[in-house]
Amino acid sequence: MLEALGLDCIRGQRRLFRDLSFDLAPGQMLWVLGPNGSGKTTLLRLLCGLLRPDGGGVRWKGKDVRRFSETFHEDLLYLGHAPAGKEDLSSRENLCFGLAQMGIGVASHEVDSALEEFGLADLETIPARALSQGQRRRAALTRLAFGADRPLWILDEPFTALDTQAVELVRVHLARQQTRGGCVVFTSHQDIEFPGAVKQVQLVQ
Amino acid sequence: MTAIGLAPVFAAVVRRDLTLALRRRSDVLTTLFFFVIVVSLFPLGVGTQSNILRSIAPGVVWVAALLASMLALVRLFASDFDDGTLEQLTLSPQPLVLLVAGKVLAHWLVSGLPLVLIAPLLGLQFDLPAAALRTMTVALLLGTPCLSLIGAVGAALTLGVRGAGGLLALLVLPLYIPVLIFGAGAVSAALDGMSVNGQLSVLGALLLIALALAPWAAATALRIALE
Repeated sequence: MLEALGLDCIRGQRRLFRDLSFDLAPGQMLWVLGPNGSGKTTLLRLLCGLLRPDGGGVRWKGKDVRRFSETFHEDLLYLGHAPAGKEDLSSRENLCFGLAQMGIGVASHEVDSALEEFGLADLETIPARALSQGQRRRAALTRLAFGADRPLWILDEPFTALDTQAVELVRVHLARQQTRGGCVVFTSHQDIEFPGAVKQVQLVQ
Repeated sequence: MTAIGLAPVFAAVVRRDLTLALRRRSDVLTTLFFFVIVVSLFPLGVGTQSNILRSIAPGVVWVAALLASMLALVRLFASDFDDGTLEQLTLSPQPLVLLVAGKVLAHWLVSGLPLVLIAPLLGLQFDLPAAALRTMTVALLLGTPCLSLIGAVGAALTLGVRGAGGLLALLVLPLYIPVLIFGAGAVSAALDGMSVNGQLSVLGALLLIALALAPWAAATALRIALE
């Protein structure tokens, strides 16, 4: 479904990777590994079409992700390392506005159950600036609960700053995405066990 | 959970920015107070001769409006850029151009519309007659959205640049000149008892051009800023 064809990337003076190719079939996960500064986030942004590769291309269902961006975006759920929420808004507001931006309309009870699942039910009215790092991260990840219709998840460091319970929760969501036949691309420095097969891409400094 | 179309997405973008403005009222009030104070300083400084006040009023009000609208511009995309919201906007299934237009609309509602509403009151300090006050309000109603739209292009181009505020002013203020000339010109013509249709039509035309081109230019600049 997702194909990277000979990706080249130069940022500033440095070549991050060259001729990087892989493809993901439905239900496959891709774990992007590498030390800090090796270009993991850059690779994810390339896959989303936010960056233009210096060579090669990214295809989703056989179509270039930058040329056919609007149909591609309907299939994509992307969580960057920034929280994509506003400090002055509550987790609930951030979630609803964030989902609306992605073109997902939700009913109030669905939001309630998602917030409860991610342990934010009591905190939903508190502005994000008053939340801890881990709680903010949970608030951002709550979107995963609404990602069932998005066959491609691209997640930048989804496990950072989470406690074991939340890591487990994210793992469950990733496993569900896999059994639905969706693709997941993610980065993580933590050692996490997955039940299904996980492809790996190792980037080097 | 359902897929939603363009209108609700657009509405959500506008509503989010309005909610944020409501949470941070000080930002909105700063723009408004700046406008009120700058305009009010002139009658105090120039003296009370009403013929002089009347003749400088159009220029003073318009220049103050230009500067006030500059104040809020720096923040238009900067916080979205920093917290990742802009990436999400770019990755929305709906066209970025229209979502940018939504952001500009929200920006105008909180930083342009209040100026339009308070301007007639400030015009009284300059002893402007009712006809001129009316023209000034209409001209500002057509002109301030132009300022927000043109400003959005500048704000998008200077995104992530150090010292963005100063650069933004240098970039955007020259582009405001046509709006200033025809906006102030309309009020002056009304003061002289002449027809203002010409100036207002040009302002209307400028608004339409800005509406057609500015969101598109801003969206392109934002995509480049994210690379």
